[in-house]
Amino acid sequence: MREIITKIDEITGNIATLKATGVGLGELAVIQSPGRSTLGQVISLSGGSVTVQVFGGTKGISTSDTVRFLGVPMQAKFGESLLGRIFNGSGQPVDGGPEPVEEEIPIGGPSFNPANRIIPMQMIRTNIPMIDVFNSLVVSQKLPIFSIPGEPYNQLLARVGMQAEADIIILGGMGLKFDDFIFFKRTFEEAGVMNRVIMYMHLASDPVVECLLVPDMSLAVAERFAEAGRRVLVLLTDMTNFSDSLKEISISMEQIPSNRGYPGDLYSQLAARYEKAVDIQGLGSITILAVTTMPGDDVTHPIPDNTGYITEGQFYLRYGKIDPFGSLSRLKQNVVGKVTRKDHNDIMNTMIRLYSDCRESRNKIAMGFKVSKWDELLLAYGKDFESELMELNVNLPIEAALDRCWDILARHFDPVQTGIKQGLVDEFWPKDTIKAMEKAA
Amino acid sequence: MSALGKVVAAYGNMVTAAFEGSVRQNEVAYILCSDGGRLKSEVIRVRGDKCNVQVFEDTRGIQVGDTVEFTGDLLVVELGPGLLQQIYDGLQNPLPKLSEAAGLFLKRGIYLASLDRESKWTFTPTAKEGQEVAAGDVLGWVPEGKFEHQIFVPFNFIGKATIVKMSPKGEYTVDKTVAVVKDENGKTRELGMVQVWPIKIPLKLYQERILPTEPLVTGCRIIDSFYPVAKGGTACIPGPFGSGKTVLQQLISRYADVDIILVAACGERAGEVVETLREFPHLEDPYTGRTLMERTIIICNTSSMPVAAREASIYTAVTLAEYYRQMGLGVLLLADSTSRWAQALREMSGRLEEIPGEEAFPAYLQSRIAEFYERAGLVRLRNGQTGSVSIIGTVSPAGGNFEEPVTQGTLAVVGAFLGLTWARSNARRFPAIDPLISWSKYLDQMRESLDRRAPGWIDRVKGAQRMIHEGAEVKKRMDVVGEEGTSLSDFIMYLKAEFLDAVFLQQNAFDAVDAANTLERQVHTFDQVYAILLKDIKAKDKDDARNIFFRLTALFKNWNSSPWGEAAFRNYEQQVMDFLRD
Ligand SMILES: Nc1ncnc2c1ncn2[C@@H]1O[C@H](COP(=O)(O)OP(=O)(O)OP(=O)(O)O)[C@@H](O)[C@H]1O
Ligand SMILES: [Mg+2]
Repeated sequence: MREIITKIDEITGNIATLKATGVGLGELAVIQSPGRSTLGQVISLSGGSVTVQVFGGTKGISTSDTVRFLGVPMQAKFGESLLGRIFNGSGQPVDGGPEPVEEEIPIGGPSFNPANRIIPMQMIRTNIPMIDVFNSLVVSQKLPIFSIPGEPYNQLLARVGMQAEADIIILGGMGLKFDDFIFFKRTFEEAGVMNRVIMYMHLASDPVVECLLVPDMSLAVAERFAEAGRRVLVLLTDMTNFSDSLKEISISMEQIPSNRGYPGDLYSQLAARYEKAVDIQGLGSITILAVTTMPGDDVTHPIPDNTGYITEGQFYLRYGKIDPFGSLSRLKQNVVGKVTRKDHNDIMNTMIRLYSDCRESRNKIAMGFKVSKWDELLLAYGKDFESELMELNVNLPIEAALDRCWDILARHFDPVQTGIKQGLVDEFWPKDTIKAMEKAA
Repeated sequence: MSALGKVVAAYGNMVTAAFEGSVRQNEVAYILCSDGGRLKSEVIRVRGDKCNVQVFEDTRGIQVGDTVEFTGDLLVVELGPGLLQQIYDGLQNPLPKLSEAAGLFLKRGIYLASLDRESKWTFTPTAKEGQEVAAGDVLGWVPEGKFEHQIFVPFNFIGKATIVKMSPKGEYTVDKTVAVVKDENGKTRELGMVQVWPIKIPLKLYQERILPTEPLVTGCRIIDSFYPVAKGGTACIPGPFGSGKTVLQQLISRYADVDIILVAACGERAGEVVETLREFPHLEDPYTGRTLMERTIIICNTSSMPVAAREASIYTAVTLAEYYRQMGLGVLLLADSTSRWAQALREMSGRLEEIPGEEAFPAYLQSRIAEFYERAGLVRLRNGQTGSVSIIGTVSPAGGNFEEPVTQGTLAVVGAFLGLTWARSNARRFPAIDPLISWSKYLDQMRESLDRRAPGWIDRVKGAQRMIHEGAEVKKRMDVVGEEGTSLSDFIMYLKAEFLDAVFLQQNAFDAVDAANTLERQVHTFDQVYAILLKDIKAKDKDDARNIFFRLTALFKNWNSSPWGEAAFRNYEQQVMDFLRD
């Protein structure tokens, strides 16, 4: 067995430094204090000195605690028996069940070879019109929900998770409030899907940096399931806590921060996780839906900013709705009108354009300018758009949602006012709306 | 020659090694891991008997005491026939072959030959036995797609040599000898078709650099007509996330009128490269009718691949570009995104504990950016032909704020600035190049060549640019005083600017015809647009004016999406003429 070190030289922040030999970068260590043990990972070597990042935090650690190096980097348990189980941020079961014993797999493994990737083309139906119609989610997409704290982002995450027809859902909680943990657990249990859910729960009360392992464990397990042909949905909440932990470590390491205290490699760190999303030809897939709470609703803050540069679009959650402005699915063009109905593209663009015009009319009112007949039409349209499509409780299959779009348009406009191509109007414009009846009379 | 060393410290992707013997700055070293892995690295700082190396791989498992093998060679790329159509990582590993060797995922420590060793090329000698040659002289050529791929005396060949024997015309693999030469010291050397060149040293075996004066047509109207790029010139595309940098580069990679395209996906999403590598083999090159892949090389070091290799990938790409320029070809390098490369520099600089500059970027950031863009250029080769490397790089400024070091450092050295903004992309005004902030110094530099194609062109374009600004001024005032407080003539000014924007500056990337325009068509359309801008529009009131421009906009959009010269095209053109005559 490996040597046990009994003296820690230095403890700062979440970092401990000690003398040891034969230790590799990234190797796992167990720090044994009286009554508790925590995991650590080697992050730097210098001569005989080894610096260990302590996941459980260094609070209470004494220079005389024992440290044992395990000779391997951090691993995760993998196997079918993980389904339905709940683990903590270090991968220990917290549901009272036994340790899974099938297999230990490395985490944070190499990238998928880009030459093996395929163009993703399978739409994920969520029955949320603001997603399905306006920013379709596609298998293997990586997409964050940008949200101000306090918005129902976890509710949205759970709902998409349940409706997304995935074989396996992996929920990675980082700094999760206990109430939210219970909410997720209940929701999955009540829907009867718990037997295909795996939860890694790092709670707000746990040592902060322990959450750093959550995305890697979730994604390593997801990767193995995807290779075995399973469609995996990974839900990560909240990546802002993950990024803040990275910041803590880098400050302890006395790295020079690049932007508002965040390390210069924040982009690479986040990308290493998000890029695990993949659609493997002939096998399974990983789709990642994450939450990024925006400090101060500021999208230029380093966390949402770096995230936006990595992910394939984003959903803005504002005032309980997915805001069509700023929200974007970069993969929607792969499916819109190709796997969905042929009116999808035009109706989507028209609805958004008119809704944007409606917002301008609202601005006019706010500025005290005159309101025209056209403005009035737009205002009435915007109200219906919001209540019948944007509200988060609207639950419609995409076909019904597209029909509803036509309905709303026909209620407020003449076809020419919408600028929709004649061919589509002929085929899809509702024939029996009140407006049409009035005209006939 | 090659020294040995031992790891004494390691942090992230930086390793400090103690060595015996001599070590060269930027030479390649291998770290021998206890698990048998051989990790490629590059020496980036030497101090006394210690040096710092950046490791191009995941560094997990490296231990103090691990052996370091120094090779004495700088980081090089292989040059020779068969580069086209390849998909390489940042160190020129062929990714499809890597997949055969390692499966679905990348694997550290595997380095494969960049050029295929089995395929045969039909070599035609052009040099003669007895001829005196030097580095960069042509020995013969092989057909590579539609190009005559020149086979050179290696660029690093020192001194003069005499050809002793030329191989006859025939089929050769790249390693086979095509010429035997005797160098100045009387030593005989066999020359094949493959050679190497260090990526961080510009390839300058040309007679002279000349001022770029010919346009590089991208097919994108706002670029070619308003803010053009020259063949051999440089441009940058900064923009916040989601503003359309990558889509714009993808469009340019399809339609640009150059011989060869190098796509350098540097620290961005793997999925975006996949679109190129899956679609290009099936898309037609608009200039030759062959597939687009036949003129393309992809260098792909995406965001989750090792950071140090990302730093190298930009240089790998530009070196391959310089190689094809040496054959008298026009090459365009599209780099997405140079900010990721700058971040890789920043990470290393931080680990070296260098004194940081703004936003923790190293103080030499600006000079590195300048050195990179300076490798572009139009050159006259020794045989009198010209060749060019043009570079268009995207920049991803933190927070979308252009006042940051990478954007500013880039703006200081490039010839054109195509700035994307959220204001335009959110309003779906694509391409989201903001005409209020963008500029190109090539418009004046290419005056002669452009005015030759269309007399008075530059002045008309500048006139239109002014109108965009005037229209924006009116809009600003109108936002304060409302439409009712704006005069009819100001209002028409505003509508004209909006019209110019809608039908000329904006372009529908998803319309088969509108997606790209030839320069001829751009000039043709622009002249009609400009005539309308100059025309005195008689409108009864603002609603009337708005309706006139609604109609005009719809008319021009239909015209834009009609194939050049066809009946529909002529029909819409007639309607435009009729309007102008009224
Ligand atoms: N010319 C265009 N026409 C239509 N839509 C476009 C155009 N350009 C961009 N878009 C839309 O904007 C989205 C984002 O574009 P793109 O990926 O090019 O942004 P980016 O600037 O490269 O972002 P990032 O910095 O995050 O990589 C696209 O997925 C597409 O929906
Ligand atoms: Mg991009």
